[in-house]
Amino acid sequence: MQHFKLLFLALLTLGLVGCGSGSSSSSDGGAPASYVPPGETDDYYLFYSGGHSGQVFVAGLPSLREVQEIPVFTPSPGHGYGFDKESKEMMGEYNWGDVHHPGLSKTDGVYDGRWLFVNDNANNRVARISLKDFSTKQILGPIPNSMGNHGSSFVTPNTEYLLVATRFSVPLPKGRHANVEDYQSEFNGIVSGVEIDQESGEMSVGWQVKTPPFNWDLGSTGKGPSDGWAFWTSYNTEMAHDSLEINASQRDRDFAAFVNWERAAEIVENQDVNTQNGVPLIDPAEHEGVMYYVPVSKSPHGIDASPSGRWIVASGKLQPTTTVFDFEQVQTAIENEDFQGEFRGVPVLNYDSIVEGEVPVGQGPLHTQYDGEGNAYTSLYIESAVAKWSLPPWDESTKEDMSQAVTDKIDVHYNIGHLVIPGSDSQEPYGDWLVAMNKLQKDRGLNVGPEKPETSQLIDISGEEMEMIEEDYTRPEPHFAQVVPADIINPIEVHKQENNDHPEARWDPENTGQTRTSDGVEVHMVSKRSQYYPDKIEAQVGDQVTIHLTNVEQVSDMIHGFGVAEHNMNGIVTPGETKTLEFTVDEAGVYPFYCTNFCSALHQEMQGYLEVQPR
Amino acid sequence: MFDFIERIPNLTDRPIPDRGRLLMVIGAVLLAVAIFLPLWQIHLVAPQYQEGLDLYIYSHKLEAGNEGQDLTEINNLNHYIGMAPIEEEDFAEMTFIPFLLGGFSLLALRAAFFGTVKSAIDTLVLFIYFGAFSMWRFYYQLYTYAHNLDPKAPMDIDPFTPILIGWKKIANFTQYSFPREGSALLLLATLCFAGAIWMGIRQNQTASEEASEPESATA
Repeated sequence: MQHFKLLFLALLTLGLVGCGSGSSSSSDGGAPASYVPPGETDDYYLFYSGGHSGQVFVAGLPSLREVQEIPVFTPSPGHGYGFDKESKEMMGEYNWGDVHHPGLSKTDGVYDGRWLFVNDNANNRVARISLKDFSTKQILGPIPNSMGNHGSSFVTPNTEYLLVATRFSVPLPKGRHANVEDYQSEFNGIVSGVEIDQESGEMSVGWQVKTPPFNWDLGSTGKGPSDGWAFWTSYNTEMAHDSLEINASQRDRDFAAFVNWERAAEIVENQDVNTQNGVPLIDPAEHEGVMYYVPVSKSPHGIDASPSGRWIVASGKLQPTTTVFDFEQVQTAIENEDFQGEFRGVPVLNYDSIVEGEVPVGQGPLHTQYDGEGNAYTSLYIESAVAKWSLPPWDESTKEDMSQAVTDKIDVHYNIGHLVIPGSDSQEPYGDWLVAMNKLQKDRGLNVGPEKPETSQLIDISGEEMEMIEEDYTRPEPHFAQVVPADIINPIEVHKQENNDHPEARWDPENTGQTRTSDGVEVHMVSKRSQYYPDKIEAQVGDQVTIHLTNVEQVSDMIHGFGVAEHNMNGIVTPGETKTLEFTVDEAGVYPFYCTNFCSALHQEMQGYLEVQPR
Repeated sequence: MFDFIERIPNLTDRPIPDRGRLLMVIGAVLLAVAIFLPLWQIHLVAPQYQEGLDLYIYSHKLEAGNEGQDLTEINNLNHYIGMAPIEEEDFAEMTFIPFLLGGFSLLALRAAFFGTVKSAIDTLVLFIYFGAFSMWRFYYQLYTYAHNLDPKAPMDIDPFTPILIGWKKIANFTQYSFPREGSALLLLATLCFAGAIWMGIRQNQTASEEASEPESATA
């Protein structure tokens, strides 16, 4: 029905405009194409990495409205994350992380809606978020031998591995001292294969490949003909250790690494490989077929396999071209040992044999996304634009003048980093929208002082020409994002009572109460509209107070909080969930605790007292 | 008039034709099937419960929507106005109504077997009495729940009677209450019984008008 209404409105608008521009979505008359009326839902989930906020932001597409944040590496009192025992233990000693590249789990090369994986660039960790309840389930790391986890989280076509490459190099094993002047001889980078349990999603480090101290950058996983492979670009093949801005920008070509992860897994399974810090560490000079270098134009950033898996596109951020490699030629070159040299025992593939073409996309090309219709879209940081261009096969005149491959360009505001098209890194993109994630906001939007938010811009790519539709702002600071059709994700409404396996869960107020332990008191508590059972806790100064709080509600959105005055504690328990909250009471007195998440008409009455007696 | 009353014993002894006896059998089957179908539904709608909370009343059980969660939710909300939690155990009749329905089914089969107007009338009259009693019990249960509100409850509202058929506004909720397929079968069964009786009386009337001899012969 709504469609008919919209159609009618659209016809009416067209009628009024008459023989106007004929644009499919007008922002100057009527609602823009991104408009989602109240009460209706978006078509896609958009998962932004939260950058150094250590979180993931969830928005709807096309509206760009933020729906939720998922705390991962950073405490979030609004979600009670980092306050209960389990999430505190998961976060470990760190209370922030730097999330760059979210990766959705896949089955047969397409999104399956089970998990979202994210990386922590700062503390060398990866995390798994369940899309059943949009919460963080596991944080793995710091990963041994790995420093600067920037080049992840790249998921293989059947979620066998999450692949990680290091941005920084350090003397290995980690913790060993060496002078930075001895960078070239003493420092190393690492590529890690993080194995994923197919049932539980549990992550563990499977193997690692030792590399020279290049700064590995963005990557992607192969598919189709390139299934079994992963690709990373690098900068600083100069292996400079200081003033990188200058010293790492000297060579006209740096290397991309083409890594055969299937071969790496095979070697670890069948051969004796030395372990370092408990992880099998492969030296690619000793094991043929694990790694090859490919020359790429100056200081590249992104490298993205096309949906077919045949075209591997790398962008040299300091050269105005994007290079397209033909993976079929890569395989031929490897078979024929068509190498132009080697570096520390690893073959360098003959550039001319594997390159399909260099497309002059514009200034500062970074990342490339695909619409599944044979078009590629490359973000241009320096030029503040997105270039649309055609993937091979190219006709003869295009081959002679590669600028003909570029079919459209649109300005973005300003200094775009990543861009995302729904499903671009899968084998079946949904090529109707593109979101540009810009680094500098400048004069766009309300002025909030010197600390500016980031901007996201929605571009309609369903037509011949790209069209700017909408602009929105995000908190600091999305890097890459993933977009998935809403119907692929099926989250639960509540945690069903029968699925709650917390050993200390209680469901009946009659089974609640407190007991004294060796170091304090242990309380089994139930929360339901609009009371805690029990609503009094008695403790003594110095006690460790352990509360197992079960929210016995089974109705959607009936979340209860548990804030304790002057004790730095706020638990948030969703319906059917049990959380364990631990804190110590150091001073005598009576401290109220209360429901912090508005629940019901008598939410304000939902409170109790913590009595702390002096010793 | 008195003539009619005198004729009643004569009428009730009359046989029911085969089609009427078949109706009695159908009625018996309908009653048996109705045991397993919902008799009544209560549907509660509020702004934050657009999808509604549902209670299904069966002859032998109380069922709630959303895998039973709706009953928990209704009781959760009712505690604010001091209403006692609605529990299946409170409906003592659910333990015997299925047996009674089974009994009526047997009674209807008995009437079909004997094939007399008298036995069909027994079935119908007792069944209507049973139906009326059940409706009253149901109404009384609703009345009792909504009139025995805990005076210490957080929210004071006047005692009320939930509606039996139709809809009614109660605080922020609109309560809809209506019979379901089980009740429809019970009504159909009643019509079957009435139909059988009517056929018994009518056929024998026309028979006696056309040929009074066989009737007087059997009498």
